[in-house]
Amino acid sequence: MKIHEYQAKEILRQFDVPTPRGAACFSVDEAVAVARRLGGTVWVVKAQIHAGGRGKGGGVKLARSLDELRSAAQQILGMHLVTHQTGKEGQVVRRLLIEEGLQISKEYYLGMVIDRGLQRVALLASSEGGMEIEQVAAQNPEKIHTVHIDPIQGLSAAEAARVANDIGIPDTATAGAVSVLQGLYRAFVEKDAMLAEINPLALTAEGRVLALDAKINFDSNALYRHPEIVAYRDLDEEDPAEIEASKYDLSYISLDGDIGCLVNGAGLAMATMDIIKLYGGNPANFLDVGGGASKEKVTEAFKLMLRNPKLKAILVNIFGGIMRCDVIAEGVVAAAREVNLKVPLVVRLEGTNVELGKRILAESGLPIISGSDMADAAQKVVEAAAVKTSKSK
Amino acid sequence: MSILIDKNTKVMTQGMTGKVGQFHTINCKAYANGANCFVAGVNPKKAGELFEGIPVYASVREAREATGATVSVIYVPPSGAAAAIDEAVDADLDLVICITEGIPVHDMLRTRFRMQGKKTRLVGPNCPGLITPDEIKIGIMPGHIHKKGRIGVVSRSGTLTYEAVGQLTALGMGQSSCVGIGGDPINGMKHVDVMKLFNDDPATDAVVMVGEIGGSDEEDCARWIKGNMTKPVVGFIAGVTAPPGKRMGHAGAIISGGQGGAEGKLAVMEECGIHITRNPAEMGRLMQRILKSY
Repeated sequence: MKIHEYQAKEILRQFDVPTPRGAACFSVDEAVAVARRLGGTVWVVKAQIHAGGRGKGGGVKLARSLDELRSAAQQILGMHLVTHQTGKEGQVVRRLLIEEGLQISKEYYLGMVIDRGLQRVALLASSEGGMEIEQVAAQNPEKIHTVHIDPIQGLSAAEAARVANDIGIPDTATAGAVSVLQGLYRAFVEKDAMLAEINPLALTAEGRVLALDAKINFDSNALYRHPEIVAYRDLDEEDPAEIEASKYDLSYISLDGDIGCLVNGAGLAMATMDIIKLYGGNPANFLDVGGGASKEKVTEAFKLMLRNPKLKAILVNIFGGIMRCDVIAEGVVAAAREVNLKVPLVVRLEGTNVELGKRILAESGLPIISGSDMADAAQKVVEAAAVKTSKSK
Repeated sequence: MSILIDKNTKVMTQGMTGKVGQFHTINCKAYANGANCFVAGVNPKKAGELFEGIPVYASVREAREATGATVSVIYVPPSGAAAAIDEAVDADLDLVICITEGIPVHDMLRTRFRMQGKKTRLVGPNCPGLITPDEIKIGIMPGHIHKKGRIGVVSRSGTLTYEAVGQLTALGMGQSSCVGIGGDPINGMKHVDVMKLFNDDPATDAVVMVGEIGGSDEEDCARWIKGNMTKPVVGFIAGVTAPPGKRMGHAGAIISGGQGGAEGKLAVMEECGIHITRNPAEMGRLMQRILKSY
């Protein structure tokens, strides 16, 4: 789960990681009021969306007067901010973060990830602040210092001081850097984070170390023990179809194509998208109905796919193990009737009670196209989508 | 022969008395020699009771001492599953198979750290389990699609494994053992660990390896295969069409920071001598062709 920068900073402050003074706001007037309260003569106006690359897209502006601040807030609020992470349409900005401007003398990078191979939390630190770490890794890999952290001992002060020294933080600021590093690690573990970045970490002219930007992603499997993180969820930043899917415990991801897929199991669902592509079609979605799909769940899955105006055909691919094919077949028939299905439907069933399942489909009177195996079903659905396309032209 | 488990394996079930545990325990017990294999359940609140004739013990250690079970299968819900693995590891079991999906990653990091230097092997979590056809089934896979034979199967997925097995069986190629290592980012045995066992197993002639996007397990396994594997391997990777940055159902199936993409994995696998296919419907037929040419 993703959260906004200002929310990530709220969390970091709880773990003694300093950030610039500031506050989130939802309107231009509020933005001006926040700036007045902060005082000073320079402020930063930052668009709050879940995607990265906001600065390059025009979502971060410096203001040297309250008039400038007002016009910056006006420009940014409501804009469709396009970054390399948002897609072409961009993301509408609904929230701003207003912060005090600071004299920065140097910027660094701090990141924390789960290293799957070594099965440890890895701390990444670099002297190259403000750049994307992938770019640093490609161009100057020697400038990234990595520490794998012992989950029992945690990150010791000595280790943290060594990292600070490695990336060139001056001795006078070591104590501040150690506190940031240890705080970041404690936040990462205690809040069940999957990824955290402070980029840039800033050294101010007075020698303070603080998080100028912050990003934290959380493990959705651990949200049951973090109601305070769940409260940060911003539905405006999520795909409406994916929100709807999560209500029914369906795993759904929207894609660009026109062939809907309904599959049981994540691996088979990906493989189904792949085989559609292989036969010249384009999958409209990833949809895993899970191990125990009921009739209701299948119906909701159909409704979700049909929300997509581009949809031209649907492929249902079920390998029934625990899930019996006759139950799935009944679900598919009921769903097709309930939603008054107008697009071609190809169904491939395999596994427990497959013959009974196929009979239910055949006797339903619905124009369901049966696929004998995965390849046959994929070819048939690609063909059906193509026919639908040529007809509509 | 087979790998990891056979008809003489004695198994205890942690979480046997829950809804999921009950359902699968009945099915596992009914499969092949299951009635003799599934000898104990663990639940401190129900110690002394029987389920389907299987005695329930208060702890893993007690179950082990009373029945000689050296393998455990876990259906405990996510919030308690890592602790259940810890208990099995502390009781020095040989093998723990964790079916549970949805365990927090940080719990698994601590559990895997505690396992260092211990003898216990872990399969999963978030996996279908393992099966040696006609001998024993430990997990949630449908037993009837399997057939005894000489092909090993290792996979990160559930139903996609059944797809591979179904294709093999339909073409008359039975399986020595099938291992689902699970779809989580932090897990126990990796592809390479299972591959080594298949390489050493005289009852296995060839292996189907099914992977998916995320991490670098498949690449690590491919590099080991290149220098060591004496048997042919057929490989498929799911997720060529998956967009980056999105978690595709499995917690571990995500392309992040440009890492873990399917094309990259396929390229390394091909380079290392694995017979790859980009068509998930061709895994069985490709294996058939490879075996004919050997």
